[in-house]
Amino acid sequence: MENFINGFINNEFITALIISIIPLIFVLLYALIAILGELKISAFMQERLGPMRTGPWGIFQPIAEVVKLLQKEDITPDAVNKPLYNFAPFLMFAASYACFAVIPFSSHFIPASLNLGLFYLLAASSLGVISIVMGGWASNNKYSVLGAMRSASQIVSYELPASICLLTIAALTSTFTFGGLGVSKELMTAVGGTHNGFLAGLDIQHINVAQSGGFWNWFIFGGPGNITKIWVIPFTMGLALIYFIASLAETNRTPFDISEGESEIVAGYFIEYSGMKFAMFYFAEYANMYIVAAIMTILFLGGWTSPFGDYMNGPIWGAFWFVSKAFAVVFMQIWVRWTLPRLRVDQLMNIGWKVLLPLSIVCFLVITLWGVLH
Amino acid sequence: MGEKKKVDVEYSPFESDKFRVNIGPQHPSTHGVLRLEAELDGEIITEVIPHIGNLHRCMEKHCEFKTYPQIIPFVDRLDYCSAINNELPYVMGVEKLLGIEVSDKVEYIRVILSELNRIGNHQIAVAAFGLDTGAFTPFLYLFRDREFIVKILEHCSGARLLYNYFWIGGLARDIYPTFKEDCLDAIKRIRITNAEIMDLLINNKIFIVRTINTGILPGDVAINFGCTGPVLRGSGVPFDLRKAQPYSIYERFDFNVCVGTGELGTIGDSWNRNIVRMNEMEESCKIIEQAIAQMPMEGDVREKVPKRVKPPKGEIYSCAENPKGELGFYIVSDGTDKPSRIKVRSTGFSNLSVLPDISKGYMIADLMVTLGSLDIVLGDVDR
Repeated sequence: MENFINGFINNEFITALIISIIPLIFVLLYALIAILGELKISAFMQERLGPMRTGPWGIFQPIAEVVKLLQKEDITPDAVNKPLYNFAPFLMFAASYACFAVIPFSSHFIPASLNLGLFYLLAASSLGVISIVMGGWASNNKYSVLGAMRSASQIVSYELPASICLLTIAALTSTFTFGGLGVSKELMTAVGGTHNGFLAGLDIQHINVAQSGGFWNWFIFGGPGNITKIWVIPFTMGLALIYFIASLAETNRTPFDISEGESEIVAGYFIEYSGMKFAMFYFAEYANMYIVAAIMTILFLGGWTSPFGDYMNGPIWGAFWFVSKAFAVVFMQIWVRWTLPRLRVDQLMNIGWKVLLPLSIVCFLVITLWGVLH
Repeated sequence: MGEKKKVDVEYSPFESDKFRVNIGPQHPSTHGVLRLEAELDGEIITEVIPHIGNLHRCMEKHCEFKTYPQIIPFVDRLDYCSAINNELPYVMGVEKLLGIEVSDKVEYIRVILSELNRIGNHQIAVAAFGLDTGAFTPFLYLFRDREFIVKILEHCSGARLLYNYFWIGGLARDIYPTFKEDCLDAIKRIRITNAEIMDLLINNKIFIVRTINTGILPGDVAINFGCTGPVLRGSGVPFDLRKAQPYSIYERFDFNVCVGTGELGTIGDSWNRNIVRMNEMEESCKIIEQAIAQMPMEGDVREKVPKRVKPPKGEIYSCAENPKGELGFYIVSDGTDKPSRIKVRSTGFSNLSVLPDISKGYMIADLMVTLGSLDIVLGDVDR
């Protein structure tokens, strides 16, 4: 993709600029679609119509909401710590946007093809919690401090099971890169697999290539391999479920939306925000939903590879598959949100530390043992 | 545009480990304009003080300047979720002062509409309780089906919320021809939805862990605080005015008094208070079915309505089982067409008074669940 654009423009800097702007355009468009999707899906589940007045079938509702937020007065309360208060929403959005640097769209377009992509994702997505604490504390409001503290503890404790899921898949990918199980060496080198060793598993390209060749090769179904992989499938599926639950908690979605639990602390850390700064938090929430959905897609659902082997496979189809898989996961998140009640903060910690973390460690041990035995 | 006011704020860390937050009056889950002053130790509640009176409308004083029939709309506005049930004890009391016996048809219509309204109230209570735990979808399902009840009441009285339908000595107007069929349809619908709500909300694992063992109210404490209705019965005390001192024609029907059994959690916790409401809806359906089978369709509902309500000198306490508990009216008549004094024994006031006692030591999220399970309406608390 870089070469393709550079061929037209012949300027490294402008090429880099274009490459970095494409994800921004994508995330803005995606946020609009996801907001409309949330409105319409929740309306469908609750036997309502949802927005119907703005355009045909209400499709311009998210645009109307953005325009409304832009028009709103940007209130900075007197009692806030102004620099931190004003900076927090932008840091939140920047952290989400930074994650998009390594999120691929297809085999030929990853904005920044790092060889330690998973590490980068973990680091960048953790930045968001700093802005939550920053915004909550700087607002100088008891509700927002409560919300920020809840959110920080929640995100930190749920990052552990999520990281173990990432680590498991990285280890599994390294095994396949070494052993060449079901993945041809030529394919590996063709997509730029220049390094090998354990770190190979941290490259998002390798993870995706290892899962190519049909949906039975996805890591949710045990990854590539012969029929002996059948007894590892429950563990990989469990791992996918653990990651999905942990990702709900990391994005502060129901049933883990205690940091903005409207029935207790009204809106949590962004209670004092209005106008465009509120919109930043709002956008970042939807962007984070896509990020965790994309990670889920990369790790477990085969990334950009086609579910039908070589049928409908290729760079353009890759973008289609990747985005549709990620949207399916986003739909799951919305579905869960409109079905379940909310957990309490201590129950949330119990689930994170006493259930998800031990289970993910068990899955990690079993799956890596299986990898070693091969 | 005024000048920007400078506010001095100290950016010191919280000086102690306890701090006070105001919850309400503008808060999504205080069920109206209730203000709770809570002292928190981190997330744990050490003290709750309810501040009431934001919806005080001097209802009792107003009544002294209105004639007896003019008071009925005021009575509607006490607990606006169950207006029909509020009218019943008032008109019964004035009828007793006047010595009027209403016809069987009127009694049956009153019972049917009261029970329909009771179901509607419990639907709102369960829906709002679910909303307090974060479940939004069951809220809309219950409101969708409350519409069937509201339609029946609208057909009868012309109003959807504040009916002014029970008059002293009868009813405002006769019921409409398809009344019985509509009631049976509504019951069928309510049963389907309640089964759905049991699956979606009440037996949901998250809902159960959120509501069991929170806000435990032992039976003797409930009696000491004067709690009535599902709050008392959730604590395992089988006290229901419809059985304890049958008024109107309730002794003609076969129904059970639902109590919290502690099948999940502890007797007297939020889950048990809520399940009492779910079971009571079914009992109300049974009463309505029996009443519809027995009800005579002929007769004038206004034949006993007096032209001028002027009770003799005297006083009376008339109470009935409101969906939220015992609603009583103490009416003092001085022989004129206006009451000398009316005192309302409201359900919400007594039920809310127990909140500081049962929410200590729980988390702030539990406070909202406990408050939701008490099912207060501030129009009733503040009057």
